[in-house]
Amino acid sequence: MSERKFIQSQSILSFLEGLAKDRRVLVPVCEGDSVIFRPLRKESRLELKRMPTLSPKEATFPRTEILMTFTTKKVTGEEEQESAENDEEAGKEKMVVELNENLPAEKTIVFGARPCGARGKTIFSRVYETADVKDPYFIARRDNTLFVSIACDAPENTCFCTSVASGPADTAGSDVLLIPVADGFVAEAVTEAGKELLQAEHFSPAGDKDGEAQAVVLAALAKLGDADDFTQAREKLIELFEDDEFWADMSAKCISCGTCTYLCPTCYCFNITDEMVSNSGQRIRTWDNCMDSLFTLEASGHNPRTIKAKRLKNRVGHKFSYYPSLHEEIIACCGCGRCIKSCPAAVDIREIVKSAQEREDVNS
Amino acid sequence: MKGLEELKKEIVEALPNLDLVIGWEQGYDALHATPAFIKTVEDVDRLILGPLCVHNLATYLPSLADKKVGIVVKGCDSRAVIELLQEKLINKDNITIFGLTCEGVVSKNKLRRKIGDLGQVESFTVDGDTLTVTTGGKENTVKLAEVRLDKCEACNYPNALVFDHFIGTPVDRADEGRKEALTLAEFEKLSLPERFAFWKQEMSRCIRCYACRNACSMCVCRDHCVAMTRNPHWLSQENNVGENWMFQMIHVMHLTGRCVECGECERACPMEIPLMLLRHQMNRGIKDVFDYEAGIDSQTKPPLLTFKVEEDNIPERDW
Repeated sequence: MSERKFIQSQSILSFLEGLAKDRRVLVPVCEGDSVIFRPLRKESRLELKRMPTLSPKEATFPRTEILMTFTTKKVTGEEEQESAENDEEAGKEKMVVELNENLPAEKTIVFGARPCGARGKTIFSRVYETADVKDPYFIARRDNTLFVSIACDAPENTCFCTSVASGPADTAGSDVLLIPVADGFVAEAVTEAGKELLQAEHFSPAGDKDGEAQAVVLAALAKLGDADDFTQAREKLIELFEDDEFWADMSAKCISCGTCTYLCPTCYCFNITDEMVSNSGQRIRTWDNCMDSLFTLEASGHNPRTIKAKRLKNRVGHKFSYYPSLHEEIIACCGCGRCIKSCPAAVDIREIVKSAQEREDVNS
Repeated sequence: MKGLEELKKEIVEALPNLDLVIGWEQGYDALHATPAFIKTVEDVDRLILGPLCVHNLATYLPSLADKKVGIVVKGCDSRAVIELLQEKLINKDNITIFGLTCEGVVSKNKLRRKIGDLGQVESFTVDGDTLTVTTGGKENTVKLAEVRLDKCEACNYPNALVFDHFIGTPVDRADEGRKEALTLAEFEKLSLPERFAFWKQEMSRCIRCYACRNACSMCVCRDHCVAMTRNPHWLSQENNVGENWMFQMIHVMHLTGRCVECGECERACPMEIPLMLLRHQMNRGIKDVFDYEAGIDSQTKPPLLTFKVEEDNIPERDW
């Protein structure tokens, strides 16, 4: 571990303004009654106490991302000689599609996410960058984005990070972890890029503040209480796959909206559409949502998930069973609790998983 | 909301003839109620009543049309039931209504503004019109009237307007006169450019999760919503101010003369967009033009679901 540093609360803005000179700096701000990440502006008033309503997922996986733009053009054979396969085509008009790829190049720093938010991208990194498949858009954005996260000193009733192998000072997904102490933050570099950030003049050696920081983390852990044991969920959710009655009960109050998936730091499903006006358009990638009927509507008109029970089953099953089966038992959930806290019907994913684990197998 | 024991007794009596009864039970912490789907006499014990019972349970009715359903409703929720009956989207023969009288329900946002973050609430108790909320070891006392939802501030219908069993004694507010939403009056003090700037900012926050739509008891298209269809292509998948605004306009237009102002769209919105301003504005128009309020009388026809050669307030012949 590198040497821990300290930054005073009143130096944060100046530190961020320095960073903002050559990149986008996203900070949590209050807007209405919600807290969201917005680019740092002169008048920005940072909200570092309340958990942001939206996770910082947008920094690496935007709501809308233009993958490319295209224009359909009419050209004559002379203009297109290289592609004309024989002389017969010369002089004839034909349609070509001009493509412009839109690989993201912008550098970004996300400041003030909680560890549960920052950790989210480690879940979908495993999917978007494998030996066989590489998503250049996500990879570019991820590699251009640094996270300076703040350890959690105020776990909420909806928090359960310790039940999904994380914790209030989890460094996964962060480049720097700040731990709040009385008059500022103790800073720990997690990556090399993070180490460089701590070279800024605003940081001094942490000295004896380190002990205070550790006490803050221990207090947060104590507040979180005993972790739930979700280790049986992977097999149990598969066992209950055909248990329609169970899923009908679990989903009875769900209104099948997309709040849980869109606020989730780890939900990574997307839709790709071509949005055209006249003869030009853009191919965009947007967040998709497994609570929606279109998510599984097939071109034939068949839809394997016609009811909300099947959709909610997928959401819970994916996070606590299917994903862990493919990815070294890692649960695809950071325990941030946004899906519980912002659910219009107060659906509690912890209760669903616990109920599944306690459910007696009707077949046995 | 009073009469929990009376409500339980009525439900136990009605349950043998019903598939289920929808009410509220305690949610994941002291500050949250959650919809309860009661099927057995044992389930009835879980029921709660009080100022945390915010959800309009009528939202669930159209999807349960093939079942015999009991439903617990506040005054505002009962208007949604009436509107659904008016539009023949539900069948009264299949529904048993337990009507309540209500003093208002809690706005979590107002409570948070008053006592600070609510993430760590430890206990919540109600004593008459006084709420006691313990959070982070600190006890806070507030009056319900200070933290009620906006809709409760201007509530004209505190008693269920339709019911098979009325729980408690109806309150009489007839002498108070009809009230219009205060939030709209405040908003209209802004100039038009200011209002436009306000909505542009609000719409930039909309994530199009459609919680507003799915929480709405009148949004019965559900899986066939115009906002999602690719053909015709009314809206693109882009998430930007223009498309978000277009969706919200479609939503409010489809509610014209139907919206009962239960406020569920606004409460459900995770991004806290004040959607009720749009609803209030539209409903004012309906009141002015058609002298009509949605969900009051199940025998009337909503003005946009019928046709009248000469409307009383539209003097076409004088144009």
